[in-house]
Amino acid sequence: MSAKHTHITDVLIVGAGLAGERAAVEAAAAGLDVVILSLVPPRRSHSTAAQGGMQASLANSAMGKGDSPDVHFADTVKGSDWGCDQDVARLFVEKVPIAIRQLAYWGVPWNRVKAGKYKHPNGMELEDTKDKEGLITARNFGGTAKWRTCYTSDGTGHTVQYTMDSVVCKMGIAVHDRMEAISLIHDGVNCYGVVARCLRTGDLIVYLAKATVIASGGAGRLYGASTNAVICEGTGTAIAFDTGVVPLGNMEAVQFHPTSMPPTCILMTEGARGDGGYLLDKNEYRFMPDYEPEKKELASRDVVSRRMVQHMRKGLGVETEYGPHLWLDIRHLGRKHVWTNLREIANIAMNFLGLDPAVDLVPVRPTQHYTMGGIRTNIDGYAYGLKGLFAIGEAACWDMHGFNRLGGNSLAETCTAGMIVGEQVAKYTLGAAPAFNYRLVDDAVKKDEERIANLIAGKNGKENVYELRKAMEETLNEHVHIFRNGPSLETAVSRLQELHQRAAHLGLRSSGLGANPELAAALRLPGMIRLSLAIAYGALMRTESRGSHAREDYPKRDDVNWLKRTLAYWKAGAELPTLDYEPVKCTEMPPGDRGYGEASARNAASKEK
Amino acid sequence: MSNRQLKISVFRYNPNLPDDKPRMQEYQLEEQQGMTLFVALNKIREELDPSLMFDFVCRAAICGSCAMMINGKPRLACKTLTKDLPSEITLMPLPVFKLVGDLAVDTGTWFRDLQVRTEAWVHTDKEFDSQALEDRMDNETALAIYEPERCIECGCCVASCVTANIREDFIGAAGINRVARFMVDPRDKRSDAQYFEVVGNEDGTFGCVGLMACDDSCPIQVPLESQLAWVRRKMALAGLKL
Repeated sequence: MSAKHTHITDVLIVGAGLAGERAAVEAAAAGLDVVILSLVPPRRSHSTAAQGGMQASLANSAMGKGDSPDVHFADTVKGSDWGCDQDVARLFVEKVPIAIRQLAYWGVPWNRVKAGKYKHPNGMELEDTKDKEGLITARNFGGTAKWRTCYTSDGTGHTVQYTMDSVVCKMGIAVHDRMEAISLIHDGVNCYGVVARCLRTGDLIVYLAKATVIASGGAGRLYGASTNAVICEGTGTAIAFDTGVVPLGNMEAVQFHPTSMPPTCILMTEGARGDGGYLLDKNEYRFMPDYEPEKKELASRDVVSRRMVQHMRKGLGVETEYGPHLWLDIRHLGRKHVWTNLREIANIAMNFLGLDPAVDLVPVRPTQHYTMGGIRTNIDGYAYGLKGLFAIGEAACWDMHGFNRLGGNSLAETCTAGMIVGEQVAKYTLGAAPAFNYRLVDDAVKKDEERIANLIAGKNGKENVYELRKAMEETLNEHVHIFRNGPSLETAVSRLQELHQRAAHLGLRSSGLGANPELAAALRLPGMIRLSLAIAYGALMRTESRGSHAREDYPKRDDVNWLKRTLAYWKAGAELPTLDYEPVKCTEMPPGDRGYGEASARNAASKEK
Repeated sequence: MSNRQLKISVFRYNPNLPDDKPRMQEYQLEEQQGMTLFVALNKIREELDPSLMFDFVCRAAICGSCAMMINGKPRLACKTLTKDLPSEITLMPLPVFKLVGDLAVDTGTWFRDLQVRTEAWVHTDKEFDSQALEDRMDNETALAIYEPERCIECGCCVASCVTANIREDFIGAAGINRVARFMVDPRDKRSDAQYFEVVGNEDGTFGCVGLMACDDSCPIQVPLESQLAWVRRKMALAGLKL
């Protein structure tokens, strides 16, 4: 067996979600040949599941008055707990209004400002002014000083992805769906493309490109219990990690969303709280104002998630066979609002639990939601370590999110980074003339063929991929969750190391022929365990609390020792990632008080004394 | 009370394997509380038969990947609770679409072809000006665009459509609805005559025989009946003017 086909293109994009498609459009507009690979048809990408919206400081709505890129910048940096790259955050906040308006030009039906006085479902009396009528409006999201989240009812990700994909269709950009990149072709200095496995036929296909862009999304499924789609397994991140020369940034920075619906962990958008929803405990008591008097339910996600766990630990959660949960209450927003502006979550509650949020409370609890870490890149999207490799979106650590991403900033990142990095990719590609030995390609293909043959033959053993995978998920959920501590993280690291060793002995139970799904899972698992190790080991070594990384044994942020970014490498044959660190640039805003969360509460208490 | 034993009978065929023959295969499974077909099928794959092919992505009825024939009706498997079904369940792949294997069908290629044939994008001569404010639009118009835009391209309407089952090039309710989305969008400058070129024919709006199974099958309640009627009326009038 050898590769069935070889495709040669200027730009290869791995992932057809919003970041990938937006970058593809930019590169194609520069006259380059672009091919996008995707596990699924583009319109099935996880980007479509983003319900809430995109942050951009358009300042059109009543509660957005006075907003500006500066205010958005400050919110983003505070949200990141000073873990983000401030140059990147600055670039992002300046460009995101253009990205949003361009999406409007392409066809996104953003909700618009309606002039006049009205009563917001949360009870506030508001007036939208005539001069802003018909411009893009915004809703409230957590951790923001202004209402800044642009949206289309309950389906922002859906409309933006469909619009972006319509542009991809219009430009005739090639999308090869059901195609999974399983390794990068590189010589330790340059990246030349990927070896891919066709998920229709099982054939191996070679893609050679001047520039390869990883836009494969997050890795939430490492946790099993995640709001993420089942395809969010970090596959693109893992193949970059496997090169040994490309580092992953801040993998320990994992976001847990406050409101996912048990037991299936489906997301209930932050828009529900943005529009005025409450969190209640088992006594139907609204507890968030007690912890966060200022921001209440709309502190940043890391803070709300911790407060919820803290409250459940006091025995105030609702006990069920699936573990404790709290309640999301949007009944007071009224039937019309619930079934129009929040229809998607109303449908989810109805479909899966038979609950009507206009009259029923909806069970919620914090669950893995977003991967702040990823392939470390510079401000132009160039991956560290390999020339010709780029990364964008959730797969990347461009690093505008630091240790906590604000709601509405990731969907906004996809299109904005796609626009900015897409331009850089085009610039690089127009000047690139890679020279390489074809043996390199043959060797890469042979290596993957051998992996596949060994799995099918059970040559290295008969370990069961689903059992090992489950053990990996349980390890992360049990030991590397919202609250972390040294001994527990050590347990996680040693268990994951053991699983990693066992994963070298996977063997299939089915034939592995054609587009066999067990083979796909077995090819992915070792890389997924290595990503899990990067998370757990990075978390163990970071002896402070910052944003979503909350160490019970080191509860304070430590700017003296830890104002730095973790860089994890996986050297060939290693049993643990090698960790390195680089300084975090605070070019505009020195570290300070976030204005919400535990540190602010401590500061306020000491002032009162 | 003990849990029900489910008998799940699944269509099996992998067209990429030369010796494979289409057949039905039965799996026995204990029902659990709140079990969806997403949970049931994954359990079968992980515990009983790791070669079983099916598609799920979001498992929240948002992405449209998992449509299949569930006891004869096109439905999204992810949001189908086993408790709403009898204990004997038959699962077949969607008709009309090319089979990838077992329960997985190639809706992606079908819908891609549809987008290209109907030129399902905003047609405008205007250039984007990065320094200008967005063009104004009233909110009612935005909501009117969003209504047909909600379609998740799962293929349930196409699978249940008589015309689509017998006429290969028919664009189905999903296709007509997609065109309707651009017709209500003031940013799209196509005239009715131009739209007539796209859907004013038997592969488009005039291929519909009005049985409206599509409307019954839509898992997210896009108002297909009124969308189809609106496009048909508009195109009939446009046709008279030609």
